[in-house]
Amino acid sequence: MAPNEKAGTVFEYAPAPESRAVVDIKSSYGLFINGEFTDPAGGRSFKTVNPATEEVLAEVSEASTEDVDLAVKAARRAYTRVWSRMSGRERSKYLYRIARIIQERARELAVLESIDNGKPIKESRDVDIPLVAAYFFYYAGWADKLEYAGFGPTPQPLGVAGQVIPWNFPMMMLAWKIAPALAAGNTVVLKPAETTPLTALLFAEICQQADLPAGVVNIVTGAGETGRAVVAHEDVDKVAFTGSTEVGRAIAKAVAGTDKKVTLELGGKAANIVFDDAPVDQAVEGIVNGIFFNQGHVCCAGSRLLVQESVAEEVLERLKRRMGTLRVGDPLDKNTDIGAINSAEQLARIRELSDIGEAEGAGRWSPPCDLPAHGFWFPPTVFTGVSQAHRIAREEIFGPVLSVLTFRTPAEAVEKANNTPFGLSAGVWTDKGSRILWMADQLRAGVVWANTFNRFDPTSPFGGYKESGYGREGGRHGLEAYIR
Amino acid sequence: MPVTTVVNSASSSAGGLSPALAEATSSDSALRRFLHGLPGVDQVGAEARAAGLGTRSIKTTAKEFAIDLAIRMVDLTTLEGQDTPGKVRALASKAMRPDPADQTCPQVAAVCVYPDMVAVAKETLGASGVHVASVATAFPSGRAALDIKLADTQDAVEAGADEIDMVIDRGAFLSGRYLEVFEEIVAVREACGDAHLKVIFETGELQTYDNVRRASWLAMMAGAHFIKTSTGKIQPAATLPVTLVMLEAVRDFRDVTGQMVGVKPAGGIRTTKDAIKYLVMVNEVAGGDWLDPDWFRFGASTLLNDLLMQRTKMRTGRYSGPDYFTLD
Repeated sequence: MAPNEKAGTVFEYAPAPESRAVVDIKSSYGLFINGEFTDPAGGRSFKTVNPATEEVLAEVSEASTEDVDLAVKAARRAYTRVWSRMSGRERSKYLYRIARIIQERARELAVLESIDNGKPIKESRDVDIPLVAAYFFYYAGWADKLEYAGFGPTPQPLGVAGQVIPWNFPMMMLAWKIAPALAAGNTVVLKPAETTPLTALLFAEICQQADLPAGVVNIVTGAGETGRAVVAHEDVDKVAFTGSTEVGRAIAKAVAGTDKKVTLELGGKAANIVFDDAPVDQAVEGIVNGIFFNQGHVCCAGSRLLVQESVAEEVLERLKRRMGTLRVGDPLDKNTDIGAINSAEQLARIRELSDIGEAEGAGRWSPPCDLPAHGFWFPPTVFTGVSQAHRIAREEIFGPVLSVLTFRTPAEAVEKANNTPFGLSAGVWTDKGSRILWMADQLRAGVVWANTFNRFDPTSPFGGYKESGYGREGGRHGLEAYIR
Repeated sequence: MPVTTVVNSASSSAGGLSPALAEATSSDSALRRFLHGLPGVDQVGAEARAAGLGTRSIKTTAKEFAIDLAIRMVDLTTLEGQDTPGKVRALASKAMRPDPADQTCPQVAAVCVYPDMVAVAKETLGASGVHVASVATAFPSGRAALDIKLADTQDAVEAGADEIDMVIDRGAFLSGRYLEVFEEIVAVREACGDAHLKVIFETGELQTYDNVRRASWLAMMAGAHFIKTSTGKIQPAATLPVTLVMLEAVRDFRDVTGQMVGVKPAGGIRTTKDAIKYLVMVNEVAGGDWLDPDWFRFGASTLLNDLLMQRTKMRTGRYSGPDYFTLD
């Protein structure tokens, strides 16, 4: 069987674009401080582009140290005067209201997310935005029950949380940060990623629509400088960051010696482990979902496939055939499986590491696919014959690139899976329940998925071991980071 | 995953089974080992995949293409105690000219009836090219002695049936007597002569996807031309995940043997939207080779009118009321 056999009858799917009419992108955006959109003190701005077309979407303000200071002051004021004094039951009303508005404006949020981020509308519509609403609903439920969360009889909020989030799941990361912080009685200053600020700014509008008291949520847009200012601000009590291990390290240094609480959710190089008794067709789906979901821009992506040597050939054949049916292209087309790479910078990094993989002797394969002429694109790619010594098996590529390694025994699978500085997630595919439990016990990863991958739920804690960071987000555990 | 081993040792012996597959059907225990050695199906994963394919958005030209293809794949079915020659003649007329108002509308694949109605259907359909399919082997329960099932089959074939839809002995299958089921299919296939054989599993009674995969391999190894989900008499009948598992089976079987086997979901598919979901699944799981009435069918009675209504809507831009479509 050759992958991509010529189809007998060709069933061409006509374009099925989701309408952009539902979103209203302004030509420029201010900072959201103290409940109002304000011009930045320095007057500086940057452009955010649609990665699928390179079209400039809007001018976005760049927050200076001065602006961040205003935002933190607003957050402090809101914390002291309003939010920390409000009963949990009242806070939960606001969170429920926000969750409902997110559901009502789900289509708008999904389309905007896909335009600004490049992810397929299928994912922003069916995964990201429903989860965003679910996180707000979930933490809304905790706001008046904190005494029973297991953190003592009188749990107290920390104060002002400085939060910095990445570009891969802009709205979802916002929800993971803001929902538990607000539920526990904190106020926040959040900096979205510089390439994907638009949905966070739409969320600011949602906060206004929900009549959230001014200053409880502040959104400051900008790049690294702005992020550093948020993290380093002396009146910030808690720092929450999701992003690269490199920046995470810098943040850990910056807050060392202060009494700020910190949670870091960093990189990963997850092993997706397929045993010879795995439900093979579902395992192939899990491999595809593990690495090609969201163009592989997923910190917990299953970027290392560890497959038992006795079935490696068959699994690879099936995987390649399946990859041949992936549809790469316009993120707003409802039939697109793989959208655009988020930025030119990220595309360059994926290309560089893929070229290194090839130079180091791994076998590179991609299905034939026509990539659009404009925008940032990378085809789904698999590297075979990869060993632990290859850089593509060690470094986070953060793109649709899978490295395939083999193992012989369960012990070897565990050894290889754990032989990484990261430890965010892992997947196990086997029909044997006892082996799943044994593997989950052995794997040094914060999340272990069994016969599935990349499943998220607000009730489940998420976080890493080792260089994948510390602290947990989601579930009851996620409250702990915002409670004293 | 014994499929790999089979792939490696598969010979391209035309017609008969490769030595490895022949070995697997040599005894009850060998057959059991083979079927239970097939890769398992994870229920959650299979259902998620089917649901994912169901979100494909098929519009404009793709929808026109899919509707015409779906019409050509319909086995227009009446399997009722109240069937009469008049009813069957009417159904056969509709099969040849589904939309009397539109000569460009394709005819359906076949008319599916009980054996005693085959002659009537055949007479009406003549040389139209629409096949006559007949259920047989003590349909729908399959609870009769083998010689009665074979006589039932022969009756239908002699009356002119082009296709026989048999039911497997679910009792034997569920009690693990796989070889008995296998040999029965082989015997019915022989009794079919030149007629094509569709093997109905009644997946609603087999219940698990592992069973569906095993039944698929068993039937394909026994010589089925088509594997079919259901009789339409038991709920649930055809579902997307069940059909997914069967499409994976025919795809894998071709990898091993080079032989293509068709798939027919039957029962419960009533709308164009549903039918298109199935076609998307055929396209992306088994591949374009199966997008043909020779390799994929819909067993349905009410589906056809919805396809016709959608077809008219695509061509005229307007929905017509149900009174503009014939009820037969």
